Amino acid sequence: MSDLIHITNDILEVEKIVSLVSHPELGGISVFIGAVRNRTQGKNVVRLEYEAYEPMAVAEMTRICNRLKEQWSDARVAIHHRVGILTVGEAAVVIAVATPHRDHAFAACKFAIDTLKETVPIWKKEVFEDGEVWVAAHP
Amino acid sequence: MKIQVLLFGIARDIVGSSQLSLSHDGALDVKTFKQILKDKYPKMSHLSYFKVAVNQEFAKDDRVLNEGDEIALIPPVSGGSF
Repeated sequence: MSDLIHITNDILEVEKIVSLVSHPELGGISVFIGAVRNRTQGKNVVRLEYEAYEPMAVAEMTRICNRLKEQWSDARVAIHHRVGILTVGEAAVVIAVATPHRDHAFAACKFAIDTLKETVPIWKKEVFEDGEVWVAAHP
Repeated sequence: MKIQVLLFGIARDIVGSSQLSLSHDGALDVKTFKQILKDKYPKMSHLSYFKVAVNQEFAKDDRVLNEGDEIALIPPVSGGSF
């Protein structure tokens, strides 16, 4: 696992992650933070439990970065994902993309989070006051 | 042939363990493997989908499994946030 791609039990530090991609030639930095929301379908979320198939999750995140750089060759990208037990408001994922100008930074960052949600083997269980559910498991 | 299967998320809950051993006579491809699991654990059929990863890459239905492969069940992923 490089600095740029990271899965951790620790709190994600946004500024530290941004500093990994910032570069004098890259004037547009787009950051996506996915945070734990307090309600789902009208129910109060007590906490979320994230679990990763870690070696494959790192491999898939690396593939996302490689695909991103095929499309935006001058981009620098960092993807950090947290696992374990998270409470409301905490960041579960931070993606930072730096490119020379803002348009590419926004587009590449969206590509990264959209693809991550489809391909990276990380699962989350929502725990409510009255039960729990693996998100997206059932139709 | 004997294979070991890693289980995560709801797949682990359905099977009740984080690993599964499976013996099979003759060649086994991903499609047949998935059917065996659905027959053995009917709740697998209720999932939106589940995929199979071989050596940390998603595998297509015609991929043949070999002893020693790192095989994992990948139920619907939900990383990131909302």
